[in-house]
Amino acid sequence: METILEMRDIRKTFPGVVALNKVNLRVRAGEIHAIVGENGAGKSTLMKVLSGVYPHGSYSGDIVYEGQERRFLGIHDSEQLGVIIIHQELALVPLLSIAENIFLGNETAQRGVIDWMVAHSQAQALLKKVGLKESPATLITDIGVGKQQLVEIAKALSRQVKLLILDEPTASLNENDSQALLDLLLELKGQGITCILISHKLNEISRVADAITILRDGSTVETLDCREEAVSEDRVIRGMVGREMADRYPPRQPEIGETVFEVRDWNVYHPLHTDRKFIKGVSLQVRRGEIVGIAGLMGSGRTELAMSIFGRSWGRRISGQVLLNGKPIDVGTVEKAVRHGLAYVTEDRKGNGLVLNEDIQFNVSLANLKGVSTAAVIDSGSEYQVAQRYREKLRIRCSGVGQKVLNLSGGNQQKVVLGKWLFTSPEVLILDEPTRGIDVGAKYEIYTLMAQLAAEGKCIIVISSEMPELLGMTDRIYVMNEGRFIAEMPTAEASQEKIMRAIVKAS
Amino acid sequence: MKNESSNATMPPAKAASAGDKSPLDYLKHNFREYGMLVTLVAIMAFFQYMTEGTLMQPLNLTNLVLQNSYIVIMALGMLLVIVAGHIDLSVGSVCGFIGALAAVLMVQYDWHFVPASLLCLACGALIGAVQGWFVAFFRIPSFIVTLAGMLVFKGLALALLQGQSVGPFPESFQKLSSGFMPDLLSSEGLRMTSLLLGVVLAAVLAAAGLRARARQIKHGIQAEPAAIFFVKTALFAALLVYFSYLLASYQGLPNVLIVMAVLIFLFHFITGHTTIGRRVYALGGNEKAAKLSGIKTERLSFYTFVNMGVLAALAGLVFAARLNTATPKAGLGFELDVIAACFIGGASASGGVGKVMGAVIGAFVMGVMNNGMSILGVGIDYQQVIKGVVLLAAVFVDVYNKNKA
Repeated sequence: METILEMRDIRKTFPGVVALNKVNLRVRAGEIHAIVGENGAGKSTLMKVLSGVYPHGSYSGDIVYEGQERRFLGIHDSEQLGVIIIHQELALVPLLSIAENIFLGNETAQRGVIDWMVAHSQAQALLKKVGLKESPATLITDIGVGKQQLVEIAKALSRQVKLLILDEPTASLNENDSQALLDLLLELKGQGITCILISHKLNEISRVADAITILRDGSTVETLDCREEAVSEDRVIRGMVGREMADRYPPRQPEIGETVFEVRDWNVYHPLHTDRKFIKGVSLQVRRGEIVGIAGLMGSGRTELAMSIFGRSWGRRISGQVLLNGKPIDVGTVEKAVRHGLAYVTEDRKGNGLVLNEDIQFNVSLANLKGVSTAAVIDSGSEYQVAQRYREKLRIRCSGVGQKVLNLSGGNQQKVVLGKWLFTSPEVLILDEPTRGIDVGAKYEIYTLMAQLAAEGKCIIVISSEMPELLGMTDRIYVMNEGRFIAEMPTAEASQEKIMRAIVKAS
Repeated sequence: MKNESSNATMPPAKAASAGDKSPLDYLKHNFREYGMLVTLVAIMAFFQYMTEGTLMQPLNLTNLVLQNSYIVIMALGMLLVIVAGHIDLSVGSVCGFIGALAAVLMVQYDWHFVPASLLCLACGALIGAVQGWFVAFFRIPSFIVTLAGMLVFKGLALALLQGQSVGPFPESFQKLSSGFMPDLLSSEGLRMTSLLLGVVLAAVLAAAGLRARARQIKHGIQAEPAAIFFVKTALFAALLVYFSYLLASYQGLPNVLIVMAVLIFLFHFITGHTTIGRRVYALGGNEKAAKLSGIKTERLSFYTFVNMGVLAALAGLVFAARLNTATPKAGLGFELDVIAACFIGGASASGGVGKVMGAVIGAFVMGVMNNGMSILGVGIDYQQVIKGVVLLAAVFVDVYNKNKA
């Protein structure tokens, strides 16, 4: 079979981070090509390079599509040639109809006037192709996520798609919808449409994929051909996680004491779909000086669990008990949670952690303004000294604590968020993806800090999608999937394969 | 400064930008802080020249203060609302409504001015609370809530006055706007008490500036370069003394100027030095981060509207006292001047950015232009055009500078 797409030696960097390096991908015409890898391995970035979201010139390497080198400057260029990407976050306008969404930006119009009769009949035909029995006049908001996914595919078909890219299409679908979607992919394959499928669900991949390319840490590991002989899931998992782990973590001698922090039978419902239970009966304990990890894929409910515990910042109808030193505590608001010694370092430091337009000093004191003020008047001198102290302790690289955090690198921004929470002198520190998007050096510094805090007798909970990090830093690991803790193991007995297997088995 | 140079890990490029700066560089980097003040002085100088000295005549200067007092008072509240990420379109109508209420109470029901004024302020607080309640707790966009408020209170003012002007007010109430500081030292010519007060104020502010600077240096905080600091302080003190001299040579300091000065100082202090002020900036800068830092963001938004309501009511009283009558048209379009003052003064429409002094300067930029153009005989038509262009230009320069930095 001929090659429809070849990406050669792709390298893409963001300030301070190498996202992709020496990535090679070869997709043959008419196949379903799966791309797998851990979170942060570079799958989505690679697809953004391919579709022109990151324009030519912002990366190095070549893209050869249909035998010609292509230099896409925007998503429009790639769409023109039939390369269409469907993101995990669907790009549909909720309050427009199915037909309006299908032809959005590609309207069947004459001199700017849309003929809705034609549009509807065309939409009808497309919906039939994807097997969706809805009127084209139905609003997107009135149909489920599974059907929305099909609308996205219909939209792609309306643009004469040749290479369809699906980013985690089944992540938010139930079993039936997932099966229907996979069947549709096979059908499209029969019509000669090539498909790149990004997924975590190995059982789905082994069902539909003709080839699997494995990415790890921003590089291609290998491409497996599934046509000649079936590839086992173990084989894929090994490819995904196999890497060296020499001295990437500071040494520590854990001194673990009695149970300090405990959550019992924690249940949370989704804030919008109020009848959907999102966190299901989770219980966890953390002991003095212990670092506990929570492993799981994106969307497994880890962040939601942490935020619902931290002052009910996520979800509704929350039930369950939180205990500190054996006594139930009220964590109903963030203020109360902080007063009881909880701290939550968010995974989204720009969106939820920092006031970007303000300086380091402003951000460090924000969660504990009482600590730098008397009778509600801020003492700027002591505030400055506090900021200066954390700047030195955390080695924040900046021109001074008066520097806006907007202009700091990711690692240093993360240190500012950490500084903010350390200044509240927490007993229990929840770190959500503490090293996401930061370079190796800063990671090591953050690990060192974690070890130091544990040695001081704090309780630390780490949520991370990077399994080596969990294996390297924690004492015990909970594995979370679809809102449940599905496994718990001492880190000494855990391995990446063991965790991955638990997740894959459960999903 | 010692800390800057001892940080060996810092990349050289950053070290250079953080090291010793020449005063000129410092000015460039802090354009926002000084730009507006320079603009105001330039505009005043321009009109002083064009009106052949009329602008700065004691009588006109007094008028300038009186004419703009209610805009300045409302700009203080509006700044907090805008920094918190909202807007209040109803302030003009509330201002008019409270003026009408005051007139009805004092003129038609013969209330003493003290309980009447207090009731008016309480009413302002209530109006702010109702609007703030919808905005903060029900998350209805402030634009819509206060647009509704604008219509409601404009209508209520009309209804209260039954379409007619009500006045005059008791003399004791008029003093709020038309009164001047009593002079204890002399009765004719130069009002010494007013002048002395100006001198004392200038001295106190200069001393406070010096003290703050000394503390900054003691703590190792990078302070303004000495040259800029002393020039700025001297200039500011001289201006203050000069203005109080001008005012003293007419009738002394207007009462309303004293009210205004106290409020400006109070809000400057609250926004810059207290935890509540700090929280408002955090709320406007990143509401989610503020919330996750334990700040009660809803309640805070609510209070900014209550505060705005009280200040709008106060402005309504000042305006009614100045006109000595309440008319159905009072307050018409004030909200636009107030909002413009905040934006000219460097506030950001997306929240989190803006300073009290900026808003005050912005209000006076508008005020001086109104006054100057009126003296020059520019028609009301072109006055509006020019004001609109100045607003856009001020914000453009601000944004342009920010993008360049």
